[in-house]
Formats: sequence, structure tokens, C-alpha cells
Amino acid sequence: MSGRAQAGQAPAGQVQAGRGGEALVELRQLRKYFPVRGGILFGRTVSQVKAVDGVSLSIGRSETLGLVGESGCGKSTIGRCLLKLEAPSAGQVIFDGQDIAGLDRSATKALRRRVQAVFQDPYSSLNPRMTVAEIVGEPLLVHGVEPGAAGRRRRAGQLLELCGLSARLIDRYPHEMSGGQRQRVGIARALALRPDFVVCDEAVSALDVSIQAQIVRLLEDLRAELGLTYLFIGHDLSVVRHISHRVAVMYLGHLVEVADTDSLFDDPRHPYTQALLSAVPVPDPEVERHRPRRIVEGEIPSPMNPPPGCVFHTRCPLADEVCRRQVPALEPLGAGRAVACFKAGPAAVPA
Amino acid sequence: MTATLPGDAPLDEPIALQRPTRRQRLRAVLGADRKAQVGLAVLAVFAVAGIFGALIAPYDPNAMAFDMLTAPSWAHPLGTDDLGRDLLSRIIVGTQVSLFVGVSTVGIALVVGVTLGLLAGYLGGWLDDIIMRYVDLQWAFPNIIIAVYLVAVFGNGLTNVIAAVSLAFVDDFARVSRSMVLSIREEQYVAAARTVGVSDFRIMWRHILPNATAPIIVQATVSVSYAILAEASLSFLGLGVESSTPTWGLILSDARSFVSRAWWLGIFPGLAIMLTVLSINFIGDALRDYFDVRETAG
Repeated sequence: MSGRAQAGQAPAGQVQAGRGGEALVELRQLRKYFPVRGGILFGRTVSQVKAVDGVSLSIGRSETLGLVGESGCGKSTIGRCLLKLEAPSAGQVIFDGQDIAGLDRSATKALRRRVQAVFQDPYSSLNPRMTVAEIVGEPLLVHGVEPGAAGRRRRAGQLLELCGLSARLIDRYPHEMSGGQRQRVGIARALALRPDFVVCDEAVSALDVSIQAQIVRLLEDLRAELGLTYLFIGHDLSVVRHISHRVAVMYLGHLVEVADTDSLFDDPRHPYTQALLSAVPVPDPEVERHRPRRIVEGEIPSPMNPPPGCVFHTRCPLADEVCRRQVPALEPLGAGRAVACFKAGPAAVPA
Repeated sequence: MTATLPGDAPLDEPIALQRPTRRQRLRAVLGADRKAQVGLAVLAVFAVAGIFGALIAPYDPNAMAFDMLTAPSWAHPLGTDDLGRDLLSRIIVGTQVSLFVGVSTVGIALVVGVTLGLLAGYLGGWLDDIIMRYVDLQWAFPNIIIAVYLVAVFGNGLTNVIAAVSLAFVDDFARVSRSMVLSIREEQYVAAARTVGVSDFRIMWRHILPNATAPIIVQATVSVSYAILAEASLSFLGLGVESSTPTWGLILSDARSFVSRAWWLGIFPGLAIMLTVLSINFIGDALRDYFDVRETAG
């Protein structure tokens, strides 16, 4: 499988970490294909879902990289590969100079101390049968950081307070708390092992808007205070814009554009990015009514059978013959920006 | 790394426990549950009968006499059977084996079956294939046929009966627990536990099993009654525990030719089985409440 994946490799448009620092996390031509099994008795692999298809990306230390795209574009799969919950089909995930696929059991456990996650749904990311003390204390227990129950309890209390919760919630069960409180518990669990890197997989998407703002602020404060690096996966563009230093846009398993947050939002170059941004409603109804919008026609193609050439050509207003036949590489356009589009030269038409 | 993470600062005061302990909670659940109290009381009576059986029984359970098939009276509170043996004494002495077989077989089947189900469901792959093909195979045969076959091959006796009946029930527990595991392992808290570095064993034990208890408890309480009856069926076929030891099932099957003339021969051993099963069901309900923290949160 990996051999086949390598065969169609596009030239790597490696995007360097935007904030000048060395990369903490690096994806090199990452591919993740899920087999689709068919047949009656023995599941033969009849086809593959190409969830992530050749993504190269790097995240600098203390940087927050936003990763956006429609649901099903592969952004969460990238997060799961980074967390070593999925093994890549091809390509590499490099964390602090090491390919995480090659790590043995004890090295993997050491990696787990440094890479943590905050999950989307605060209602299913906490075990309903465990108290907050058990949930937040578990990382400390399994890594032997704090073997004593009393010490774990104290540290769990401190972690709760760090995340803006009262330590008196420590004996609550998840169902006895609100969504925002639960998400803070999830953050406290992620921070228990003092990680360097946190994958926030739709970490605020399931919360009320007012709670979202609080959690985003908490994540920002913690990043500044603890020097964390985030991969912030989301589909709410205004939240991603608020928290990210750089933003990467995905479409159908491919990275289509990476740029600093302000340049991406002010001057999107890839036609898909332009369409995505124009789909964000403007709060002022007068402006909303008269602003120009770029609406993408049609449906997102199936990742089981992605179109040849540029994956976006079936819906792209600018597509021509070249786009239908050749795969555009992610080309640097200067100033930390890279775009995978034949039509988006340095002098691209402003949106 | 900055010095603001917990552990760098001197540890604060210990935080007092904010909720009842497990023992207090168990007591609270049982205290509020009348049916569970009745169940415990009934089982306690049976347990005393089981432990002290021969000492309490008014007659020797195997002593035959000439007053055959007599209705309940002061001399024989539950009547006598076709050989003139005192039914009350036989039921009291039979308690030990019947209860022991019923509870121990389900206990063994539960531990083995749930372990298999957890491994098959969580680890998947070839292990899942092997375990589940075996379970399917066993599913194709009625439990009692399997038990009969095993006892016929390995011989009578208490140990063999328990082993045979336990094995016959393993597949039910494996199937129920595997289906629970398959849905629970996709939960985000399992992914979170893996991200934190929790071992597979601990994930199964602390994250999956506690969330799968309700259907397993239901399966166990149902199985206890079937196990007592399975022992009865084996006894009926002459494959049970030695015939000198009366068991509820044996008494019931001995009674089959006479129930039309002597109603007490069928009613009383049946009542003993029913009361046991009912009590275990009541206790099972209370246990389910105890394990479900959402039910009893206070």
C-alpha cells in the first residue's frame, strides 16, 4: 500500500514554520488511506478512502497553527496521526526531530507525555464512570509522576484551578458539570503531563458561543504561560482566525493554502480559500447584502474516488485543461505563504 | 518550561472528599431499595440453610418411611414424597448444591466470557476471529446439550457439573460484552486515554468495563436461574451430582410422575428456585444502580 502511495508523489512544497523558530512538528508527505472492505467471507480491500493524501506541513515552537476545511477533508485524521492514534499509510510525522512511527513502546510512552489532545465533544471525551480527580489524575498515575493518591488529588486540584475551575469540583462526575466545565477538565487532563504540543481537535465546536470565547481565551493564556504549541483544528473560521498565528486550509485530503493568519484572511489566493472565506456571514446585514460572494457549485467529491489533477477542479471557477490533468504542488509565494494552484500566481486577482 | 505548572509550587492543603465513599454509596443504594433488601434477606435465609443444611433439617433427607405422598402437616410441613422422605428436609439440604452450582457457574462463566469478549472486542483482528468463531459454534448448540455432552464425557460429580454448566454459559457473556466493547471503544474518552498513554489492559479495565456493566449484570441475573435449571436437567438425566445428594432440580424431576396427585412435590422446590432467582434479580437491579453513577448522583 505504501509503495503505491509513494508512486504518485507530488513534488514536496515544504512550508517552513512561519514564526522564524525551528519546527517542533513536521509532516512529510503524510498519507492516510483507509481500506474499504467488501466481499462476503473474508474482507478483501476493494478500495480506499484517501483521507489525507500527501500533506507536508510544519509547526514552529510556541506557534498556533489553525487547520480548517469542510468536514471530511482529513483535518481530524491529521490530528489522529500526530497523536499516534492512527499509523500513517505513507510519509512521516516528525516530532522534535524524531519520526514517531519508529518509536518503540517506551519511547512512545515518553512521546505521550509531550503530545496531548483536547477533544471536540466534552460530553464523550470524559469517561462517565470516573470522577474529575480520577480523570485528571490518570495521566499522573500511568506515567508514575505522582504514585500516591493524595498527591495526585492535590495536583489534580491545582490543574483544575489552572484551568479556571474550583478545586471543589474534584469529586464530581462529568454528568454533574456543564459543557464548559467539562471542556476545562479535558484541558486540565491534557496539561497534567506538561506537554509541549497540544492538538485541539474542534476543541470548542460543541460549545455555546459565549463559552467558546472563554475556552479560547483559556487556551491562549495557557499557551502564553506554558509555552505550548497548538494545532488548532476547526471549521469555525472566526475562532480559528482569532487564535491562530498561521492557518492551513485543507480540501479533500490535500493542503491547498498555508499563510499567516492575517494575510490568509485579508488576501486569500487559492480559489477554495476565497470561497470558504466568502461563506462566513458578516454580522452587519447591510454589508452582508451587498458584499460580493464566491459560491462554489456542486458537491465535494468522494475521497474514495478523488478527481484527477487538482482535486478542486470539479468545482473551481478558474479551472482549465491543465488543472484537470496535473496536480498542483504547494508552491511558496513568499512571506510564509504557499498555495497549491496553477492560477494563483503572485499577481492573483484579489477576491 | 515556565514554573507555573502544578508540582513546581509547594503542594496546597489536601482537598477534602466532596462526595460519599463507595461504601457509603453502596449503603445508600441498598438502604433506599426495598426490593434489594428483601432479596438479600431471602438469600441470607437460603445461605443459612445451605451452610447448616443437615443440622437444621428435621429429618434425614434420604430416610424413607411408610407415610408416602402425605400432604403438608405438622409432622411434615411440606409433605413427603413417593418414598416417604420429608420434603422440607430435602429442600433444605438441597439448597447447598443448587445455590452453589447456580452462583458459581455464573461467576465462572461471567469472568471467562467477559474476558474473552473484552479481548475480542478491543484487540480485534485474528484474536477476535478465533474467539467469535468459537462463540458462534457454541451458539449453534443449546446450552444444555453442551453441558450434557461434557458431563457424559468427563463423568458426574459436582466439579464436572459446575465446569460443564459454566462452559455452556460462556458464549452469552462473551457476546454481550463484545458488543458493548465495540461501541464503547469508539468513544472519545478511550482515544483520550490512549493519548495520555494508558495501557491497553487499563483501558479495558477502567474505561471500557465500567461502562459495560449494565447488560452484563442483566445477563448474569438471568443466567443464574438457567444454571439452577441446567443442574436440574442434568440431574433429571442422571448426569447431575450424585443421586444421594438431593438438589432442587433433582427433587423437581423426581416429582414429575406424582405432581397430579401431590401438588406440594412440584410447588415447593419450584418456589425455592423462583425465590432465589427473584432475589438475585432484585440485587442485580440494585447493583446496576450502584454502578450507574448517573442514577445515584447526589
